[in-house]
Amino acid sequence: MTSTDVADAARRAVAETCEVRDPEPLDGVDGVVPGLVARPTSTQGVAAVLRAAAAHRLTVVPRGRGTKLSWGRPPTSADVLLDLGGLDRLLDHAAGDLIVAVEAGMSLADLQQQVADAGQRLCVDETVPGASVGGTLAANTSGPRRLVAGTVRDLLIGITVVRADGVVAKAGGRVVKNVAGYDLGKLMVGSFGTLAVVTEATFRLHPVPAARRWVTAPVEDARHAQRLAQEVIHSQSVPAAVEIDWPPAAGGVLTVLLEGRAAGVEARAATVRGLLGDFATESDEPPAGWSGYPWGSSGDPAERPTALKLTFVLSGLAAVLTAARELVGDVPITLSGSVGAGVVQAAIPAGTPVEAVASAVARLRETCSRHGGSAVVLDGSAAVKQAVDLWGPLPALDLMRRVKDQFDPDHRLSPGRFVGGI
Amino acid sequence: MTSTDRAGIAAVARRAAELLPDADVITDRARLRTYECDGLTHYRVTPALVVVPETATQLAAIVAACAEHGVPFVARGSGTGLSGGALPHADGVLVVTSRMRAIREVRREDQRAVVEPGVINLDVTRAATPLGYYYAPDPSSQQVCSIGGNLAENSGGAHCLKYGFTANHVLAADLVTPDGDLVTLGGAAPDSPGYDLLGAVIGSEGTLGIATSVTLRLTRLPEEVRTVLVGFESTDQAGAATSAIIAAGVLPAAIEMMDALAIEAAEAAVQCNYPAGAGAVLVIELDGAADEVAQEYDEVERLCRDHGAFEQRLATDPADRALIWKGRKSAFAAVGRISPDYIVQDGVIPRTALPEVLHAIAELSSSSGVRVANVFHAGDGNLHPLVLFDDAVEGAGAAAEEVSGAILDLCIQHGGSITGEHGVGVDKSAYMPRMYSEEDLDTMQLVRCAFDPHGISNPGKVFPTPRLCGEVPGRHKGPHPLQEAGLAEVF
Repeated sequence: MTSTDVADAARRAVAETCEVRDPEPLDGVDGVVPGLVARPTSTQGVAAVLRAAAAHRLTVVPRGRGTKLSWGRPPTSADVLLDLGGLDRLLDHAAGDLIVAVEAGMSLADLQQQVADAGQRLCVDETVPGASVGGTLAANTSGPRRLVAGTVRDLLIGITVVRADGVVAKAGGRVVKNVAGYDLGKLMVGSFGTLAVVTEATFRLHPVPAARRWVTAPVEDARHAQRLAQEVIHSQSVPAAVEIDWPPAAGGVLTVLLEGRAAGVEARAATVRGLLGDFATESDEPPAGWSGYPWGSSGDPAERPTALKLTFVLSGLAAVLTAARELVGDVPITLSGSVGAGVVQAAIPAGTPVEAVASAVARLRETCSRHGGSAVVLDGSAAVKQAVDLWGPLPALDLMRRVKDQFDPDHRLSPGRFVGGI
Repeated sequence: MTSTDRAGIAAVARRAAELLPDADVITDRARLRTYECDGLTHYRVTPALVVVPETATQLAAIVAACAEHGVPFVARGSGTGLSGGALPHADGVLVVTSRMRAIREVRREDQRAVVEPGVINLDVTRAATPLGYYYAPDPSSQQVCSIGGNLAENSGGAHCLKYGFTANHVLAADLVTPDGDLVTLGGAAPDSPGYDLLGAVIGSEGTLGIATSVTLRLTRLPEEVRTVLVGFESTDQAGAATSAIIAAGVLPAAIEMMDALAIEAAEAAVQCNYPAGAGAVLVIELDGAADEVAQEYDEVERLCRDHGAFEQRLATDPADRALIWKGRKSAFAAVGRISPDYIVQDGVIPRTALPEVLHAIAELSSSSGVRVANVFHAGDGNLHPLVLFDDAVEGAGAAAEEVSGAILDLCIQHGGSITGEHGVGVDKSAYMPRMYSEEDLDTMQLVRCAFDPHGISNPGKVFPTPRLCGEVPGRHKGPHPLQEAGLAEVF
């Protein structure tokens, strides 16, 4: 554990802006104990904290609900842990316009509950239980429904951020169609809190479908999985999700979600069942583990499983599945995710020797990149993070650094957590 | 033009001449003038030089020469933009992508196409259709507009209500940065690691570089499409029907509205045979799986009837459907039949504010005596008021401008946007401060400074007051190179 001391004057300056406390064990950021925890309750409060931090050149790591705080590399410094849990209000739900605006510290589950009464939903799965809206944006997590609706990137229509220098800025607005000015929202999505602190977000909502049905079928091997996935994708069944579960040992399960009007869903489910073969079954309930990731909770950093996100074009599915299974002798890899979109998650159990993890990552990365994608290590033990390049090759890294230098010239926001040491 | 500018242009022209055939390096005044405007024809500037590269390498080398000599450049695809985004710079180079028209790949199994920036939007769909796919974003100009221009403008179209905009369908792009470097942003697979620079570039109106290759998502052609033309007595009824359809959980591929004046224009131009005497029509298109569409259609038909529809005409074959769309898609041009000049606006409002805003527009029109025809994407609240005037009448242009500005103010007051798909360009940059604070605009400028620190990529567009980029601490001090060159002043 690294711990941080913050000078008294700096601490007092932050404490003048909001509630401040000493860190507790759960406030560690991937092994780095922050100097203090600040908990503002509004965008203006966040701006005040960041102005104080700027004046005293303090590093700041924003946290939503802390469910993915160990993702990426550990920060090189964390003077202030900026707890956004106090920004959890619903700002506006315009049901007739199918939009919702919330503060970033609200949990995704709360947001869903708030809009559900109007028969609406934000088309983003809760892949990490308890995750906040801001954390979902920062990590760009996605689940099965991304096949049709995309990720938060595609649903975000307006954003308010506080820059490292404490300036509040917004982009986008509260209408779904808007091309005025740069789309800063997209830049913030997946930026791991390294460009600015997102404090408010406005999303496009969708109506909750009247009916849904899951069709599940076993697959024998990688080529079988790819063939079935292709058949479903090119069919006229308009799937809402096409998912795979691919355990280390043998076989796999393909699940197709159909959503829509009752009679339509019934007809399309029958079509998909026909495509998936004699062993296909239908259910009105999601299969176990639906929309979750294949690794357990992080817990003790030394005992953390290695969590990966693999992406590839759809014709690369069989190659990725094969690569995972060929590694099983050394490394038991579990895959699950959206084979319809070309995004799956992979889990390597805790305790796997670091060298074996490293060579598995290399093999998966080589396979994914051959098929137009990438393999990113989201999380892992300290030893794994030491030994492995988490992100892989990045052709535009120089431009990314230039963007970072503009937004956060002193590198005080989540320093070191992101690509290329950003 | 100063002597420094002339020397810079001459140097870029020499570089271009080394790379391109003579015919593709245009310096002749008469030929330069053919590029003096884009689709927004009342802004005209003759560029100093036009180049028409054929490859990404040539294009990058020309931009590098611009960077070396501090010469501004503007990219142009088909020149169909409606906000002056491709308006040339008098002391700059216009880089035309119309010779970069190869469709490099169409891969059904990956649902992807890779195309050059000059490829025409509709040609992507034509190439994908035999495989059962199409390219979803469909701006009204899709028969002539280019993918590079679509990327720059984040183009939408009638069907983006259901399928999203260009930003949702572009997976990767090779970009020539304003330094002249060629970098790949994004990838054929989703969620490339690192910052989503591609997301920032799409819709940046050519101010962050020029795309030379674009990877597109292809969408499955729907099993069933139903297009229905619905006549109402008033826009109020049509607006209420639209809201009812959305509230019922139906997400049509498109819901378009035209008011009486727009219908009159379309009738005069293309004889689309819209319902006689209608105060408003809706064009509603449903697509998807056949059973689903059938159910949705029943619901839409009932909701329209409940809200006062006096005629509902379902297209029975592709020719019928094409005729319905022809009326809608030709509406802008058609307005030329009933007015010598017009301004097209592109403001957006929350859909629920439609009736209120349409009434306010009608009041503006009657109090000013300026006629306004309304054609718009009702489903997502994207208005296209056509403000009609006759430039031959003294003061008419100014009066139309005033009404047009007041309509944008209405959109902003209702929490909307000054542009839904046409872009800011030169046309609406003055309105940006009404929508965004100085801090908001400064923050956008940070992105500009990262990509284009010397402000040579399509300068003067989007942002009202082009600022010079701040110095990065610890680097280069002294006057900005552009300042030194006399190209810019510090504000």
